[in-house]
Amino acid sequence: MPERAGGLRIGWLIAGVAGLAGLVLLPHVLSFSQQEILVLLVLNILLVVSYRMQTLTGEWSLGHVVIMGVGGYASALFAKNLGIPVPIAMPLGAVAAAAVAYVLSFPLLRMKGFYFLIGSFAAGEIIRLIWKRFTDPFGGPKGLKLIPSFPTIDIGGISIDFYEPINYYYLSGIVVAASLFILYRIERSRLGLTFHAIHWQDKLAESVAIDTTRYRTLAFVIASFFAGLAGALYAHYVGTVNPHRFDVEEMVFVLIWAIVGGTATFYGPILGVTVLTVVNEVVLRALGFDQMRPMFYGAILIASILFLPNGLESIITKIVEKIRGRDGGAPTAADQPAE
Amino acid sequence: MADLLLQTLVNATYAASYMALIAVGLVLIFGVMGVINFAHGELYMAGAYTVVYLYAKEEFPFFLAVAVGLLFVGLLGLVMERGLFRPLRDNPLGGLIASIGFLLILQTVAVLGFGVRMEHIPPSTQEKIVFGASIILTYQRLYVIIGAVVLLGGLWIFLRKTRFGWALRACAQDPEAARLQGISLNRTAQLAMFIGAALAGVAGALTAPLVSPTPLMGHSVIVTAFIIIIVGGIGHLEGAVVAAVLYAFVHTFVTTLFDGVIANIVGLLLMLIVLVVKPTGLFGAKERA
Repeated sequence: MPERAGGLRIGWLIAGVAGLAGLVLLPHVLSFSQQEILVLLVLNILLVVSYRMQTLTGEWSLGHVVIMGVGGYASALFAKNLGIPVPIAMPLGAVAAAAVAYVLSFPLLRMKGFYFLIGSFAAGEIIRLIWKRFTDPFGGPKGLKLIPSFPTIDIGGISIDFYEPINYYYLSGIVVAASLFILYRIERSRLGLTFHAIHWQDKLAESVAIDTTRYRTLAFVIASFFAGLAGALYAHYVGTVNPHRFDVEEMVFVLIWAIVGGTATFYGPILGVTVLTVVNEVVLRALGFDQMRPMFYGAILIASILFLPNGLESIITKIVEKIRGRDGGAPTAADQPAE
Repeated sequence: MADLLLQTLVNATYAASYMALIAVGLVLIFGVMGVINFAHGELYMAGAYTVVYLYAKEEFPFFLAVAVGLLFVGLLGLVMERGLFRPLRDNPLGGLIASIGFLLILQTVAVLGFGVRMEHIPPSTQEKIVFGASIILTYQRLYVIIGAVVLLGGLWIFLRKTRFGWALRACAQDPEAARLQGISLNRTAQLAMFIGAALAGVAGALTAPLVSPTPLMGHSVIVTAFIIIIVGGIGHLEGAVVAAVLYAFVHTFVTTLFDGVIANIVGLLLMLIVLVVKPTGLFGAKERA
């Protein structure tokens, strides 16, 4: 957009810098328990954005959280049983998640729509039951404990202890930001366009020599890699993983974040998970309605599918369009929702 | 050894009965409305908790509690149809997602009303039939088997012999054509939802004294139901019954030979294999357009 007014670009730049400064300063104004939730929020952002990458080709998986668990379990086992240093075990865990997804893609990607949904659910449940059943090495229903944490870094006398949520927030923030950047670039690339094409016109895409199964596999594997990375970051932060943590209820939350936020744009799911986490912490926990949490999420999900089928992002899109309209500039292609 | 085998056979018949009740309801709902009802396990749970409340706590007769459970869960089904599935008819995944929301609400209501711990319900009768030396069929389990045979038989006659049944099957085959014949989609959807939910409710009510209800019991039920409807062919009523029998026997025998977790893995693998080899199910014809 070279012809667009320079003023607006500087405006975006200032907003970006201010946003970054806000993110860096944010944990300093929060309490300890809020900092811990903030770390989990950062990991959930990566989880839900990677989930959206998987849905780009039009298939909704119910196994994404289990894939995250695969990353967590693998990284934990690499570090604990094989003695691999944690910073190396983490990406290896992500690779393991991608590898499992690749193997699963052979049966799963022969299916579409509802069948894929149920198939991915079944595959995820099988993995979870394997964790439960085979105590060696997976630890059974109680899972793995005492997972080594990220090593303390010493730079010229300053030691950074990653037991501290605030430090882990910066570490995971950097990893997640880099991951989001990569995911964003993938979506904007030719590859991402192909994913969209397969979603909306799979027969047409095939007719121009696109191997749809190969690209659907690719989307599934890429998404699983980043879900696995989120899982690895989770495992070494919390120090324990168990089959229950990655059950279908957690998957339902990911679905709710994505749907409430909206999946047409890159930022929709981020919006969804952030808003719902803040509402959850501020409203439910503060008021002591913790037991009502599932009901609250259920009601939000129903309300959003009935009254806001395009998610929270559709509100933002409308506001942005209004501002643009007043400026007289047409919305640019890059900012259009993916449809 | 022969006794163990026969006892397992009896246990499998009981399991097949309540699984068939649940799966047929799910298939009926899908056939008529095209919605996969994720909350079906929670409808089963609602049926069980009706018995917890009326029979175990308020001490009404067991069968009165079961009848109320049937009606109550049927009405819950009507609420879902009117509030969720009807407004979302044009949204293919919408109904499924809304039913997930409803499932969370039902779970929370059960937790708030009864607490998260297991409920232990005294059996309504201590009577039992003993075959041969040591093969036992308790009356409590016999009720479930009889209930399934009577209700599913009744449903079969209803679908084949009455005008309502014809309308229901017409909608399942081709909603547009059914509408052109003057069949009200809303009426048939309500009917299907009432029957489908009520079947899940009565399954929960009848099995409540046998399974120790918890608010989260619906999870394993819905997994089982999915396996059955996939194996039987989605939208295929007779297939669901056959698949329920098949699954119950496989699951019961593997549980006896190995353990419950292995049996669950085997069941899920069975479903995955069917999905890969013949996604329309063992008995399904061509996929619905």
